[in-house]
Amino acid sequence: MHRVYLDNNATTPVLPEVFEAMRPWFGEHFGNASSIHHHGQETRAAVENARESVAKLLGCSPSEVVFTSGGTESDNLAIVGLMIPGDHGITSGIEHHAVLHAAKHMEELGCEVTVLPVDGRGLIDPADVRRALRPNTKLISVMLANNETGVLQPVEEIGNIATEAGVYFHTDAVQAAGKVVLDVKRIGCHALSISGHKMHAPQGVGALYVKKGTRLKPLFYGGRHERSRRAGTENVPGIVALGKAAEMAREAFDRGDQEKMSAMRDRLEQGILAQVDEAGVNGEGAPRVRSTTNIHFDHIEGEALVIALDLKGLAVSTGAACSSGAIEPSHVLLAMGLKPERARASIRFSLGKQTTEEDIDYALALVPETVARLRAISPRYKQAVST
Amino acid sequence: MTESNTIAVAMSGGVDSSTVAAMLRADGHNLIGLTMQLWNQRRLAGREGMPESVQGRCCSLDDVYDARRVAQQIGIPYYVVNHEERFERDVVRPFVEEYLSGRTPIPCSLCNNHLKFDQLLIVAQQIGADRVATGHYARVNFDQVRGRWLLKRPADHSKDQTYFLFGLTQEQLSRTLFPLGDMTKPEVRELARKHGLALAEKPDSQEICFVPGGDYKRFIDAYLAEQGESLPDTSGELVTTNGEVIGEHSGIHNFTVGQRKGLGVATGSPLYVIQISGAQKQVTVGGDEHLYSRTLRTRRVNLISVDDLREPMRVAVKIRHRHEPASATIERTGEDEILVTFDQPQRAITPGQAAVFYEGDVVVGGGWIA
Repeated sequence: MHRVYLDNNATTPVLPEVFEAMRPWFGEHFGNASSIHHHGQETRAAVENARESVAKLLGCSPSEVVFTSGGTESDNLAIVGLMIPGDHGITSGIEHHAVLHAAKHMEELGCEVTVLPVDGRGLIDPADVRRALRPNTKLISVMLANNETGVLQPVEEIGNIATEAGVYFHTDAVQAAGKVVLDVKRIGCHALSISGHKMHAPQGVGALYVKKGTRLKPLFYGGRHERSRRAGTENVPGIVALGKAAEMAREAFDRGDQEKMSAMRDRLEQGILAQVDEAGVNGEGAPRVRSTTNIHFDHIEGEALVIALDLKGLAVSTGAACSSGAIEPSHVLLAMGLKPERARASIRFSLGKQTTEEDIDYALALVPETVARLRAISPRYKQAVST
Repeated sequence: MTESNTIAVAMSGGVDSSTVAAMLRADGHNLIGLTMQLWNQRRLAGREGMPESVQGRCCSLDDVYDARRVAQQIGIPYYVVNHEERFERDVVRPFVEEYLSGRTPIPCSLCNNHLKFDQLLIVAQQIGADRVATGHYARVNFDQVRGRWLLKRPADHSKDQTYFLFGLTQEQLSRTLFPLGDMTKPEVRELARKHGLALAEKPDSQEICFVPGGDYKRFIDAYLAEQGESLPDTSGELVTTNGEVIGEHSGIHNFTVGQRKGLGVATGSPLYVIQISGAQKQVTVGGDEHLYSRTLRTRRVNLISVDDLREPMRVAVKIRHRHEPASATIERTGEDEILVTFDQPQRAITPGQAAVFYEGDVVVGGGWIA
C-alpha cells in the first residue's frame, strides 16, 4: 500500500545523513567517554562535537547542554530538578504531560502549582503569568510550540517577566527545535528541553539546556556524567545523531527550507478547508510552527477518521492515546475551550523534512472523500443537518 | 480484495474472539481488529472498598495487550476505539439506576444493544468494513421464506448467548457474523491451539466486566461516591406476603427476587425475597411457594423472527441467562407490551431481567420484564 506519513509531531524518521553519522558508533568506533584510553578519547570527542552542534542550534555554550534520554526526561529534570517542597510553580493547561504530570508530582511533594488558561487560539496571556507570581514562585514552565496545534507561545515576554521577578523559566521546545530558530538568550530561559526523535534523530536521546549558574538537582544518582547533572554512561550513537540533526536543522534554516514546508502546510490546510464544510483550524489566528495544522471536522469521530485514513495509507493523529491505545479528547483542545465533541472531531497533520508535494496531493485527494463517507454514516451528522 | 469483503472483528482479548479473528484470517478474509475501550478499570480502584488492582477483566490493559498480540500474530491492522462515555451513559448509569429502583439489570444486553451492535457497527462501516464478527455463541442466517434475518441458539447450548442478543434489529443482524455458532468451547480452544494462540488456555470471563468480583453493591457505592452523589436512602419495610411488617431492610438495591441470604430476619422456615417495590421501598418476603408465578409482562420488546405478533404464539421462554426455556404462550397486550403466560408457574421472575422467546432454536424476540 502507498503510505504517506503526516504525523511528524509524534515522531520523525531518522534522516539518512543522521543515520550515517551515528552508525560507526555502534561498533566500528566504540568506547566509554569517561575512559582514559584511546577508545574513550575518541568517544569523548564525538560527544563533545555533538554538544557543540546542539549548543549552536540553541544559541548557548556547550557546557550548558545536558544530554538526556529525551523530551520527557528533559522536562522532568527541569521541573523536578529546580523545585523543592514549598516552592510555587506556574505552568499552563496546554503543556505536554511530561510537564503537567511532573508538576503534579511536585504538587504531591508539597509544592504549589498554578496552571494558567489559554485563549480560544491556544495562546497564554503573559499578563496572566505576571499575575500568578507569588513571593515563593520558583519556576515558570511554558512550552514554546504546542505539539497538537503548533501554536507558538509568547515565550520572550514570559522570559522577561521571569527575569524581572527573578524566577526560573523553563520552556519545553520539543516541538519547536528544528522548526523555528531558537535562541535561549532572546527567550530569556534558564532551561529548555529538546528531543531527538522530533527532529529526525532517533528515539531515546534529547537534551536540556541549563543556563550557567542554575543549580539543578539530578534525577539519577551515579557517576559524574554531564557535569553531575545526569548520571549514566552516555548514549553515544544517539548523542552523535542529535548533534548531526542539529547541524542539519541549522543548514536547513540557512537554505530557507522552512518556507517550503510552510507552503506545503498551507496548501494542505487550505485545500482541505476548500473541500470540506463545517471544518476549521484549531489555533487559527495564532502564530504557529510551519509544520503543523490541527483541523476539526465537525460531526465525526476523529478516532474513526484516523483509522479510516490509516487503512488507506495516510498516517495522522488525534488527541492523545491513553494506556490502552484508545483515544481520549485532547486536553489541549479542551483547554482552548473546544467542546468535547469538536475536540474529538479534530485531526492533527504534521509535516517533516521528508514530506513531499506528492504526499500533500495524496492527503488532499483522500481526506475530503473520507470525511464525506464518515459523515454519511454518522448519526450525529444526520442529526445535525436535519435540524 | 474489495472493500465490501472487509470484516471488523470485535476483539476482547479472550479466547473466543481471538479464535474468530484467527479462523477468519485463515479463510482469507480481509480483517480489521477492533477493541472497544468501554470502562477504565482503574477508575474506581481502591475507592469505597473496591479492590486496588483488577486484572483479567474486560478493557483491562492485559486484555488489550492480548488482543493486540493476536492481531500482530495473525497480521491484521488493529485499533482500540474509545466508547467510554457512551458505555457509562447507556450501560453503567442504567445499571446503577435499575438496582436503586429495585430491579435486577442485565448490563450485557444493554452493551450489546447500545455499544457492540450499534456503535461498533457504525465505526466498522465508517472504516470500510460492512460486517462485524464477534465471539458470541449464537447463529445468524437469512431465512428466504420469512424474508428475515434469524438469530438462533448455537450448537453448544451450554454456551448459548442468545439471551443477551435478543435486542438485535434486522439491520444489525444482517451485518453480524457469529463464526463460533457451530462450535463447542473445547473445539474453540482446540482451534486456538492449532492457530498457535498463546491465550488458548486463558480462563473464561464469568462476571459483569466492569464489576470486579461481582460485588455490585460495592460498585454502586464507589461509583456514586466518585460522581459526588450520595447513595439514596432506599431502606424501608420488610413485609410478609400477608402485608405484615416484620422488620426493616437496609435498601432495596441490596435485594434480588429469589434471594434467601442476608434478609436480616430469622424464622422457622426459609424466607425468600418475593417482590421489591421501588415506589414504596418495600421488600416482600415469603416462603418458596410464593416465588412461583405463571405470567409476566415485557416492555421494550424486540421481535426478530416475526415482524409482529398479531395472534397468540406458542413459544419457550427464558427468564434469565441460566434458565431452561419453559413452554408458554405470548400475546401482544399493548403497543409495547407482550404478556407471557407459562404452562407451568416459573420460579423467581425478576423485574429488570429479560424474557426471551424461542421457537426451537430460533429466537422469536424478547423484552424486558416489567
